[in-house]
Amino acid sequence: MGWNAGKPSRREALGLAAIAGFAALLAPRLSFADQQMVDAELKKLYGDKKFEAGKIKLDVPEIAENGLVVPISVEVDSPMTEADYVKAVHVFADGNPLPGIVSYKFSPACGKAAASTRMRLAQTQNIICVAEMSNGSLYMAKANVKVTIGGCGG
Amino acid sequence: MISRREFLQATAAASALVLGSGLGPLGQVAAQQRLTQADITQFDALGRLTILHVTDIHAQLMPLHFREPSINLGVGEVKGQPPHLTDAEFRAYFKIATGSADAFALTSDDFISLARNYGRMGGLDRIATLVAAVRAERGADNVLLLDGGDTWQGSWTALKTDGQDMVDVMSALKLDAMTAHWEFTLGADRVKAIVDAAPFAFLAQNVRDNEWQEPVFEARKTFERGGVKVAVIGQALPRTAVANPRWMFPRWEFGIREEDIQKQVDAARAEGAAVVVLLSHNGFDVDRKLASRVKGIDVILTGHTHDAMPGLVRVGDTVLVASGSHGKFVSRLDIDVANGKVGGLRFKLMPVFADAIAPDPAMAKLIDQVRAPYAEDLQRTIGRTDSLLYRRGNFNGTFDDLICNAMLEQRDVEIALSPGFRWGGSLLPNDEITWEHVTNATAITYPNCYRIEMTGQQLKEVLEDIADNIFHPDPYFQGGGDMVRVGGMGYAIDIAKPAGARISDLTHLKSGKPIEASKRYSVAGWASVNEGTQGPPIWDVLAAHIERHKVVSVTPNNAVKVLGS
Repeated sequence: MGWNAGKPSRREALGLAAIAGFAALLAPRLSFADQQMVDAELKKLYGDKKFEAGKIKLDVPEIAENGLVVPISVEVDSPMTEADYVKAVHVFADGNPLPGIVSYKFSPACGKAAASTRMRLAQTQNIICVAEMSNGSLYMAKANVKVTIGGCGG
Repeated sequence: MISRREFLQATAAASALVLGSGLGPLGQVAAQQRLTQADITQFDALGRLTILHVTDIHAQLMPLHFREPSINLGVGEVKGQPPHLTDAEFRAYFKIATGSADAFALTSDDFISLARNYGRMGGLDRIATLVAAVRAERGADNVLLLDGGDTWQGSWTALKTDGQDMVDVMSALKLDAMTAHWEFTLGADRVKAIVDAAPFAFLAQNVRDNEWQEPVFEARKTFERGGVKVAVIGQALPRTAVANPRWMFPRWEFGIREEDIQKQVDAARAEGAAVVVLLSHNGFDVDRKLASRVKGIDVILTGHTHDAMPGLVRVGDTVLVASGSHGKFVSRLDIDVANGKVGGLRFKLMPVFADAIAPDPAMAKLIDQVRAPYAEDLQRTIGRTDSLLYRRGNFNGTFDDLICNAMLEQRDVEIALSPGFRWGGSLLPNDEITWEHVTNATAITYPNCYRIEMTGQQLKEVLEDIADNIFHPDPYFQGGGDMVRVGGMGYAIDIAKPAGARISDLTHLKSGKPIEASKRYSVAGWASVNEGTQGPPIWDVLAAHIERHKVVSVTPNNAVKVLGS
């Protein structure tokens, strides 16, 4: 379910050599997702339904220490009973080659709707997290994560 | 409609308040040239508890000159707020007389003549005298001595002894606790070995093992002082793994970890702490924001950004202390505890004027001992400077210009990049440049001066990225130091623009032509965060340049045009 980080590709290694003074920008010259692509994914899942704010606690660093393995934790506030539970959580990134990061399915037996993993981020971008509740209501949270080349510190 | 968070921040900005004019009468005394140790230690004591704070000493055992910045821009809500005031604005805000000792210690204009008048500042033997005086006055059981970090790096002796000279000196000073940033560039194993053996606490709540998220260091320690429990929570630089080489501490991760600070505060209160202190290396703007969001901190002892302020800044029920750098100041904060909580505070930023304060004999002897094996090297004259050489400023400093000139010539490149470090002493015109001076500006554990080719596009991306680390309007998204220093290339920067849109008009200075995005340029730089960087150490590059010229001159740098400030 987690993201497989792997070793830097050859293209990234070249990028690293080219700007040796600073940590490499992780983005090879690919095309990247944007908010429209994330919106399209959400539409595939939930049509034109509206998302509310709240319930989701999305924990990501403001600045990634290593863009290859950025920690992310999600917790959704829910009693997790048969009558009221979180069915699914989906995480998207609007600046990676593909927007999908991870999807989690939950049942009341999970006890709580919480999950952590690490994701690879090609550049500074927004992380969009949506939660689908058992009564059909939908929630959304968003956070910006900065991926920097670093150096020059104080 | 204004959100709760915005309201808190607006309140914080509006309530930023100078509580005491720290240096007050000193200016008058100094104007009469009768500055004494008694003037510096004079304090109208309050309550029973005293906290002493030093920070960002950068391994400066000896008195030195350190010119404060003439450009220190704030963005967003902190624009024009202290500490983002310089020179006349700073003096007006803190009511400091032009030409006074305070003006010399805290501002930059007229630095050369004031430096010749007032002499050097700092020196751990002078600091030892001040600390001993306060302990004698208040009783050692009532005084807590705290260090905000960046202590074990910044000199040739600290580099050569892997920080041991500073550990010995701070141990002799009977330091109670410290936090850290540059300390980590000694490497994880060395830091752990020092921490395990040190007589003082090394506190860092925000460093975690990156596999299991387990704490690497003690997060807080409670001290019984002044008859009450004082809880000290340590906060290392949250951006250490971005600002410095992560490969030197590959299993550690950092971050601000606001919620964990709140948990530490709550736990400290539950254990009966009357006073809760955050010993921080966040940098002032990050701490100001943090103070508006974490509840129950009485005092934040700030560090990292090298700001020195002769007054406290209040955010809600929290006061922020800014104690400067390089051993120029010792902050004294007296706290009156009533009914198990902070009743009153009184503050003074004690300036460490080396000529006015008698060196502590035992500390002076210890400093001589730790320097002795390197004394011959340190004294070796490399050349002389015709110009004032200094580091601090958002965009350039003349010492950085000199380093860039050295790289351009010695490495035969078109463009030189030098990191925006805030540390390193200043030299006056006609001063000799010794090996000590060269290494005070360059002594780091990753000094290799690389030579590469970069395209114009890559150069712009690097400048944009670093600019966002300084001028992001949210301090939690800011990174490490000042703007990278550039030799051989000019640019314009609009600090009010968003990321990616701040930098324009890149110019190849030698030809006067615009930098072309796809063209490749030869570039030299140092302090790469990448492992295995090749090239001679930067101190050899700089020394060779100075030796070749014998006398160096640095002309004013007008190559960076600043907009939006």
